[in-house]
Amino acid sequence: MGASFDTKAGADASRVQALEEKVQELAKRLQDLEERTPEDRVAIIVFSGDLDRVLAAFIIATGAAAMGQQVSMFFTFWGLSVLKKGTELSGKTLFQKMMALMSPDSSLSLPVSKMNYFGAGAKMLRSMMKEKNVSSLEDMIALARDLGVRAIACEMSRDVMGIKQSELAEGLECGGVASFLADSLKARTSLFI
Amino acid sequence: MNQSFDKLLDARGLNCPMPLVNARKEVGKLEPGQVLKIIATDRGSVADFQGWAKIAKNVELIGQETESVDGANVYTHYVKRTG
Repeated sequence: MGASFDTKAGADASRVQALEEKVQELAKRLQDLEERTPEDRVAIIVFSGDLDRVLAAFIIATGAAAMGQQVSMFFTFWGLSVLKKGTELSGKTLFQKMMALMSPDSSLSLPVSKMNYFGAGAKMLRSMMKEKNVSSLEDMIALARDLGVRAIACEMSRDVMGIKQSELAEGLECGGVASFLADSLKARTSLFI
Repeated sequence: MNQSFDKLLDARGLNCPMPLVNARKEVGKLEPGQVLKIIATDRGSVADFQGWAKIAKNVELIGQETESVDGANVYTHYVKRTG
C-alpha cells in the first residue's frame, strides 16, 4: 500500500517538473516573440528632394505622430536639401561646388517632380496649397519637430555631396544605414519616398 | 446628435492632417473620460478620425455627424479620452 503511494507521489513530482519545464520554455518563446513584435513606429526614408514628394512624406509623418506613432525620418541624397538652411561654397571641391550651386538652398527652393519649369511650377503649387489652406512645407517641418518626429541626416550622402554640417539645420541626428534599420525593423510601416 | 462634451475644437478651414494633429494636442490636455468635440470642413477628416480611433490606444470615437451649413458640409466628431 505504502509502496504504491510512493510511486504515485513520484509520478506526480515528475509530472510537475515536466510542466514547469514546459512553462519555462513557453515563457522564453513568448519573450522572443515579444522582442520581434513591431512597435507603434513608422520609419520614412526621404530620398527625394522634390517638393511634392517631400510634402507627402511630412503629411504622413505628422499624421502618424498625431495618431500616436513614433516617427523617424531619414534624409538622404536629394532629401538632404530639405534640411539645408543655406549654401556655403568655401572649402568645397569643384564638383561639390557645382553640386551646391545646382541644388536647392533650403526647403523653400525645392522643385516639383513634374512641370517645374525652372521653379514656376513649385511656386504655383505653393500658392494653390495656400489657397486651399493646406499647411506649407515649412509649417509641416516645424510641426513634425513639435510632435517629436526624429530627423536623421544620412552621414554618407552628406559627405559625398559635400554638404557641410553647418549648412544643415540644428538639432538633427546623423547616422547611417544601421540607424535606419534599427528603427525600420521595429516599425510596422517603412516608406521610401 | 446631442452629445455632451468638455472641450470644443474648431478645425474649420483646416486641411489634412491639421484637424487630426490639433485634435491630438487637445485630447492630450483632457482628463481620461472627457470628450472633445471637433468641428471640421475637411471631408477626409471623417475617415481620418475613424482611423485614429482604431489605432490609438487612449481614444474612442463616440460619434460623428455631417450637417450642411450654408451649402457647405460641416463634419462633427466626438472623441473621448479613455486612458
